[in-house]
Amino acid sequence: MAEITYREALNQALLEEMERDDRVFLMGEEVGEYDGAYKVSKGLLARFGDRRVVDTPISELGFAGLGVGAAMVGLRPVIEFMTFNFSLLALDQVINSAAKMLYMSGGQIPIPIVFRGPNGAALQLAAQHSQACETYYLHAPGIKVVSPATPADAKGLLKSAIRDDDPVVVLEGELLYNLRGEVPEGEHLVPLGVADVKREGRDVSILTHGKTVHLALQAAQRLEKEGIEAEVVDLRSLRPLDVEAILTTVRKTNRAVYVEEGWPYGGVGAQVAAIIQEEAFDDLDAPVLRVTQADVPMPYAKNLEQLAKPGVQRVVDACHRVLYRGVPPARGA
Amino acid sequence: MKVSAVPRQGHDTLHGFTREELLRILRRMLLYRRFEEKAEEAYAIGKIGGFCHLHIGQEGAAEGCIGPLRPDDYVISGYREHTQALAKGLDPGRVMAELYGRSSGASAGKGGSMHIFGAQEGFLGGHGIVGAQAALATGVGWAVRYRGEDRVVVCFVGDAAVNQGVFHESLNMAAIWKLPVIYVVENNEYGMGTAFRRVSATEIKDRGVAYGIPSSVVDGQDVLATWRHMEGLISEVRGGGGPRFLEVRTYRFRGHSMSDPVSGTYRSREEVAERTEHDDPIKILRDRMMEADLLTQEQLEAMDAEVRKIVEEAAEFADRAPAPSPGELYTHVYSEVNPHGRLFFDGRER
Ligand SMILES: Cc1ncc(C[n+]2csc(CCOP(=O)(O)OP(=O)(O)O)c2C)c(N)n1
Repeated sequence: MAEITYREALNQALLEEMERDDRVFLMGEEVGEYDGAYKVSKGLLARFGDRRVVDTPISELGFAGLGVGAAMVGLRPVIEFMTFNFSLLALDQVINSAAKMLYMSGGQIPIPIVFRGPNGAALQLAAQHSQACETYYLHAPGIKVVSPATPADAKGLLKSAIRDDDPVVVLEGELLYNLRGEVPEGEHLVPLGVADVKREGRDVSILTHGKTVHLALQAAQRLEKEGIEAEVVDLRSLRPLDVEAILTTVRKTNRAVYVEEGWPYGGVGAQVAAIIQEEAFDDLDAPVLRVTQADVPMPYAKNLEQLAKPGVQRVVDACHRVLYRGVPPARGA
Repeated sequence: MKVSAVPRQGHDTLHGFTREELLRILRRMLLYRRFEEKAEEAYAIGKIGGFCHLHIGQEGAAEGCIGPLRPDDYVISGYREHTQALAKGLDPGRVMAELYGRSSGASAGKGGSMHIFGAQEGFLGGHGIVGAQAALATGVGWAVRYRGEDRVVVCFVGDAAVNQGVFHESLNMAAIWKLPVIYVVENNEYGMGTAFRRVSATEIKDRGVAYGIPSSVVDGQDVLATWRHMEGLISEVRGGGGPRFLEVRTYRFRGHSMSDPVSGTYRSREEVAERTEHDDPIKILRDRMMEADLLTQEQLEAMDAEVRKIVEEAAEFADRAPAPSPGELYTHVYSEVNPHGRLFFDGRER
């Protein structure tokens, strides 16, 4: 096992898949000569040339659509959004073209494409540059969505996404790019739709995905000091969703908290809570609670931003509530 | 009154087509016309539902732009695409069955009038978001160049689409990467009820010029001129010349869709009558051929009977074709059944 950064892991995934399959190409703003806005594509232009590593104009809708068109006739594009905030300009092509093409063509035209880039808040970038976009994509049947939290998952999920025959949205974390972690040597694939228990515990389940996996792990450490054993389940893939893993942990601990970076209304946690109450109602000893971003656009001021984000203490508090320690759980976290 | 947007050449201009070629072109345009008339009839009695946009009056653009292509070239279009699908070689029965929402339809009954696809025939839809197909076409052109092929991509949009951002983004990218795409703007003068001029600061052709793309205008009601002009563009593009931009001047003889009357608030009955009389691409070719003694009334009638029969058979095929089975609701959402995890959240049996 080698210890590398999340950024290097993504870079390896791209490099390996591009070497493996000439149909794979990378396109986006600054991916080539600049080596990537976040250096994820570092060295790829030098390696593969500008046929396969393509700098685009700032035309998110246009190049997302170009990618879909190329996929319609059998290429396997990887489209990088400099950040997912800007992917909203491309939403029409992702939802109306990529997600629906196979269906409305009666199965004739699959769209093997990856849309990837950093998602969610970084630090003090304010409202337009700090948002979690998973729900825009999760909502549409026809799309798959993954959200890796570690270097190993980043590499394994991106490789699987590139090999997948359907459109896959890969949500990376801007604040995760420097995270170091062990990645298995050689071919390393993580299948879509398989959650990962990042920490075992018997008292309460913290379910989460992406960057907030690390928040959940910190919360679990604090809880441990009080003698509470939290289980941290990283969903990794949001569609397909490992429902079995969700139900298994809930059956074990009988209490669940969902932690996510996005807004609460219609969030990932809302869907997971619905599944839990539909399919494991009798196993629950407390309502499912959610810890999310405050229901406001992201503020700039450091103190306000801190308040808006789902912090460790909020996760700890939510766990206390579902364990009926302290405040009763009635009004959410 | 100005009946033709582009000065039409004399009636004896047959552009060097042989009699056989002319007969074939006329016959195909007649087929498109009769097909659309049949769709109109079927819609009126409820056999076709939803939005349905007819191409009547614009057959010259379909035949003139698609006729000169090779079978392995690609065509992609918007929602007014029935005749373009036929021109690209889709079977009329399968296109009609799609309009009827049947499992034997071109898109297995899942696309309908606006989403006709023929992957085999290189007909890549059938898209309902005004202008979106321009980006898709650019990507198809990208793939052609990526693979070093010499295919050509023809992308049809309406005049209203030239005011969409995605159209401009696409032209720019096609130009910088010299992609083998011909963007054909079918200028029928209206986007629904909005005359192009009311909402456009510059001419259509100037949109192509703005990105350094060789841009031209042709009279789409003159199918032969359109064909010859397209032939030139196709060979330039196939030879690696990069994208081309073509405005095809035409006119829609029916309402925007089946719910829109032929004339009304935004264009007068007189205007439509005048254009239908003097600007019909089928009549124009017919008259030229007759004047040149290349067509007799009897031949025309026989030809018409022949295409009507094809259309009747297409409608019968559609009528007989089964509706998609209920299980088809769930197929083709994803291309593979994922071995892990849940993909669908409606809680229904699959
Ligand atoms: C993005 C978008 N906006 C609005 C519509 C509704 N709409 C459908 S057709 C149309 C007019 C388009 O006119 P034009 O592009 O000139 O094509 P034509 O219908 O004349 O063939 C409009 C506004 C749409 N389908 N997509």
